[in-house]
Order: sequence, then C-alpha cells, then structure tokens
Amino acid sequence: MLRRTALHILPFGAVWILVLVFAVGAHAEIGIDRDFSGRVNVESRWFPKAGAFSGQGAHAIGFVVLPKLYLADAEGRSFTLSPFFRYDNADSRRTHADLREAYFLVFGEIGDGEWELRVGIDQVFWGVTESQHLVDIVNQIDLVEHPNGEAKLGQPMVNITWSSDWGVVEFFVLPYHRARTFPGKSGRLRLPLVVEDEHVEYESEAYLDFAARYSQSFGAFDAGVSVFNGTSREPFLMPGVDSSGMPVFVQYYDQIRQFGLDAQLTVGSYLFKLEAMQRAGARNLLGMEENYVASVFGGEYTFYSVFDSAVDLILLGEWNYDGRGRNATPSRSPSTLENDFFFATRIAFNDVQSTEIVASILGDAGRSTRALFVELDRRLSDQLSLDIEAIHLLSIDKADIHYDTRRDSFVDLRLTYNF
Amino acid sequence: MIPIRPIHLFFALCPIILFCLGVSSPARSESAEETGLKIAQDSQDREKGFGNFTAQQTMMLRNKHGQESRRQLRVKVLEVSEDGDKSLFVFDEPRDVKGTALLIHAHRESADDQWLYLPALKRVKRISSSNQSGSFMGSEFAYEDLTPQAVEKFTYRYLRDEAYGDLTCTVTERFPVDKKSGYSRQVVWRDKDELRVWKVEYYDRKDAHLKTLTLGNYAQYLARYWRAGEMTMVNHLTGKSTVLTWTDFEFQTDLNDRDFTQTGLKRVR
Repeated sequence: MLRRTALHILPFGAVWILVLVFAVGAHAEIGIDRDFSGRVNVESRWFPKAGAFSGQGAHAIGFVVLPKLYLADAEGRSFTLSPFFRYDNADSRRTHADLREAYFLVFGEIGDGEWELRVGIDQVFWGVTESQHLVDIVNQIDLVEHPNGEAKLGQPMVNITWSSDWGVVEFFVLPYHRARTFPGKSGRLRLPLVVEDEHVEYESEAYLDFAARYSQSFGAFDAGVSVFNGTSREPFLMPGVDSSGMPVFVQYYDQIRQFGLDAQLTVGSYLFKLEAMQRAGARNLLGMEENYVASVFGGEYTFYSVFDSAVDLILLGEWNYDGRGRNATPSRSPSTLENDFFFATRIAFNDVQSTEIVASILGDAGRSTRALFVELDRRLSDQLSLDIEAIHLLSIDKADIHYDTRRDSFVDLRLTYNF
Repeated sequence: MIPIRPIHLFFALCPIILFCLGVSSPARSESAEETGLKIAQDSQDREKGFGNFTAQQTMMLRNKHGQESRRQLRVKVLEVSEDGDKSLFVFDEPRDVKGTALLIHAHRESADDQWLYLPALKRVKRISSSNQSGSFMGSEFAYEDLTPQAVEKFTYRYLRDEAYGDLTCTVTERFPVDKKSGYSRQVVWRDKDELRVWKVEYYDRKDAHLKTLTLGNYAQYLARYWRAGEMTMVNHLTGKSTVLTWTDFEFQTDLNDRDFTQTGLKRVR
C-alpha cells in the first residue's frame, strides 16, 4: 500500500518541483527553447458479441489527452514533460493517468565520443521484431490501453549512455517498479478472474533494478546485447481473494535476471530480425520457477512502387518460440507465443494523406488460437487523423488463459487531433 | 605481290595522320562522357569544405485540382570527407508525424544507411535504403531527388551549351548506376559560371518525361556555396506539383558527428 502511494506521490511531486524550478529558470534565462505539442483523441470501441461475463458492455467510448512540453537551453540541456490521461466510460480501470515522460536530459563530449544522462521518468525501447518485444524490459506495459502491449507506463530511471566508435553502452538504475495495468470487472478482454489492483506482491521489497545494453552497427548489421537484474515486469498471476472475499488474481513479481540479444541484418529490401532472451528466476504458468529461453525470428521484405504506382507493399513473417512450451506465461494477448507464427502485410499508399493498411495474423502452431488484426490509418487534415482497427479473434483454444476473451473481437475507431 | 606505291603509303598512314591531327586539335580534347563527368566532378569539388549546415524546409504539395497540403521539416547536414554526407530530417508538420526523424549516412560506393526514429514508441528502426524512387512524404520529390548524389552514382554525357535566361548553361545527361533508381536518365542544366543547377528533367524507366525540377532564389553562403531557396517539382503524368522552400540556412554551426548517431537521433524533438 505504502509503496503504491509513494510511487504515485514521489515522482509526481518531484516533477512538479522540477517544473517550477525550470519555469522560474526559463523566465530568468534568455534563449530558452520551448515547444508544446501533443494529441487528443476520441475513441469508440464496439464489441459485436456479448462478453463472457455479465456486466461487460458492448460499447466503450472515451478519450485520451497526451500533451508534451519540451524546454531546452542554448546548450541543448532539456526537460521533457508528457502526462497522459485516458477516460473510458465502460471500464473504470481503463480510466487512468500516467506520467509517460518527465525527465532531464544533459549530454556532452567525452574523448572521441559522447555521454548522455537522463534523470526522471522516461520510455525505453529495445528490439527489432514486430509480433512481440521480447528483450524490451525497462518499462512496464500499460496493458489496459491495448491488448497488443505496445503502450508502456513511464518508468523512473537514471540512465547513463556512453557512445563512441566502438558502440553504445547504456546503463539504467530503476528505483521504482510499476505494476501492470489490467482491465476491470466490467472491462472487455479480461482474464477469468479480475486482476487485483489494490495490492501487489513482490518476491523482494528492494525495488532497485538495474539494466544495461551494449549495441553496435557493423555496416548492414545492427546488434545489441542486454542484461536486466531485478523485479520482473511480467507478473505471475496468483489466485487469491480481494478485501471483500471475492476470488481474484493477485500480481506477484519475481526477482529475475534476463540476458537479451537483438539483431538485424539489412540487405537491399530485406530485413532479417532476431530477438532472443534467457530468463532466470521467473515462475511459469504452473507457479514453478523455471529458467528458460525464448526467441523471435523473422524477416521482412518490401516491394517498393508496386506496378509502377506509389504504393509500397511490405510482407513480414515471424516465428515466436518459448522454451517452457505449454507452461509459458502469456506474453501477448490472446496467445502465449510459445510456438506461434505471425504474418503481416503493410500497404503504404504514400499519398498526401499517408494512407496505410496493416493486416496481420497471429496463430499458435500447436493450438487452435488464431487472431486477425486489420488497421487503417489516414490523415484527414494537417492536424486530424483517423484510425480504424479491427481485431477478430478467430478462435481461442480452451487451454489458453485468454479463453474467456474469445467473444471480445472488436472494432476500434479513433479520431486524433494532433497539435 | 602488289608493289607499294607512294599513294598506298599515303592511304595507309591516313588514319595515323588524322589521329595525330585529332589529338593536337583543341576541338577533340575529350569525349561527351568525359566532359559530363568533369562538370559533375567540378560541381562536387566546389561543394567541398562546407562543413555542415542547418535549414528549414517547407513543402507545398498541390494536386491538379489545386488542393494544397503542407510539410515542414528541419534539415541538418554534415560533410564527411571521402564519403557521402550525413543528413538528419526532423518533421514538424503535419502534426501527426511531428518529431519523427530520418537519419541518413550516405555512401559513395555502397548502399546508404538509414534509421527512422518514431517518437511515440521512442523506437529507432533501421530501415532499408532501397526505397530510392519512393515519394518523400507524399510529395513529388522522391528520396533520390533529395539526398545528396555523389558523382559515382551516375554515368554522364555532355549534350550541349544552351542559354538559360541571362546565363549560359551546360546541358548534361546523367544515367543512374543504381538499378533501384526510378529513372532511366536525368537531364541537368547547370550554369557555366557558378555550376548551379537550374533545371532537371527526369525520365522514368520507360524513358517518358516524368518530372521537371526548376530551381531559383539562389543565395551564396560563406562567399562560396550556392543554395537554391526554391525548388519546384512538376509531375507531368499526374499534374501534381511540389514547391520546396528552403529558409534559415546556417553554415558552420556547432553540429558534429555525435548529432548524427542513433543516440543523437533519440534526442531530437
């Protein structure tokens, strides 16, 4: 309890103090660079089928506000602030706020290379593949945003980067742990039991996590190796009861050590991609500690200007493997990605409106779980854009933890105002 | 055996005599290919030593019905000795792509390296540089029209000298070496005094006249380097056009190698 409160108050309080300091400084100093941008969107999600649980609605509407303030001095030292808020009328747990970014950035020269320091709340992306982000571990997933797990919660950090001709070394000290967000009782795309949000359990209460990555480009080949030591970002869902005695899942976070590898070879119109990781200390689906390896291997090919038109056609295929097999924990809804294929095609029209269609299928090679994703993106004006997305859950295997989401196919319509 | 008469000897030596005359004659100093290459080489040499520059680009896209759409971006370019330049494009408009950045390490002899930064995901993506002929941001400019074109990327043929306004231009054909180029050839008008490009005609793979680029509003920086302030690309097949306006040129800024790395790319806003 104290942890959660501290988590919310400390960074927010610190950020507001920093903002004030900076604002005062900004007035005192001439030559400060300010930039205010962001987006507001309205969203409507429609679920054609009735949910598996009573109380789940067929329609959800809501909005997102995501402004971004950037302040920099003449030397390029900067402060970035980006708070996030979502309102959802159907699921109170989906109505949530977060600080996506609130960090100071300074950098300078060191020898032939440079150093960079980021202090505050930030987002970090590691990896190359599209079907899942296996080695990407610094930030917690904001799962309530989208079942694809692409949205992430802001992570408090001290990040030092040192880059030179011999490569880039990043080192992270992560003093807080964020718990994953899950849909509530009346929300769609939920598990058989609601995931408790009042309290979270940890193997260790020493929430000081560390991560590091080394990356380098060798001509057409880009590679990175990473290590993470600390509190897992992926919870083990423990059956329990909430304060009113109702059965729930309780999030339990193990202490883990993970080694990651990501690599991409770019040859002509081909991209070859690999992500692999070895994780120790995490529980499997049965609640037993199991060390394992997992990987994603894939390739991408682009047909530029098909039939002499402006249209580009991108084909992508990836294969996901998890050494725990059937005991793998779910990494991306609706499948557990222990032996799953992913095929996607992206059609970029390269027109003035940047119209784009992406269609993909994710399927379990051993089970019957299959899901189809289709998304259309189009700019309506310099500031407005429209995005229509449909997720069709073709089949979910009875043995999958996501079986109760089988009736949660949806069509999502987003209208975004960018400023 | 045929007796050798003086007249035979004359005919036999004729080619040699003509060859000697040819070499010594000023009219026969170099082939059209050599002249074309020399113009391109001189232009590239003239560009040497600029160091780096930053500028603003505004693109006005017009379709044949006159509907307009605007693109705004910041450009940073760093000269690299003995190889292609490094450039960074940061998008400001349209707003949905604000903060998106494209980093290009151009190479003279091999394929360019390109990375794209997606600010929403804070993701740096290494992308294929094969997309030479694709449209840049929906405009009539292809990537290959905007990225610096090293001498080695074409073969050349000088055509003629021609008046262009008050100027005298050399008109040269250049043929892309890269099979992924969208063009079979380009015809370039370059003035003789300052080697500025005033017009380029682009011919597609079927040798149809696809586009014409005209350049104007030239200004000189550091008393040496000329930059066009306005570039107009007209597509003759679709009737669409794009006017690219360059402003706020600044040369010899404090840019350096570190601004053109993947780490530097994540820092742009």
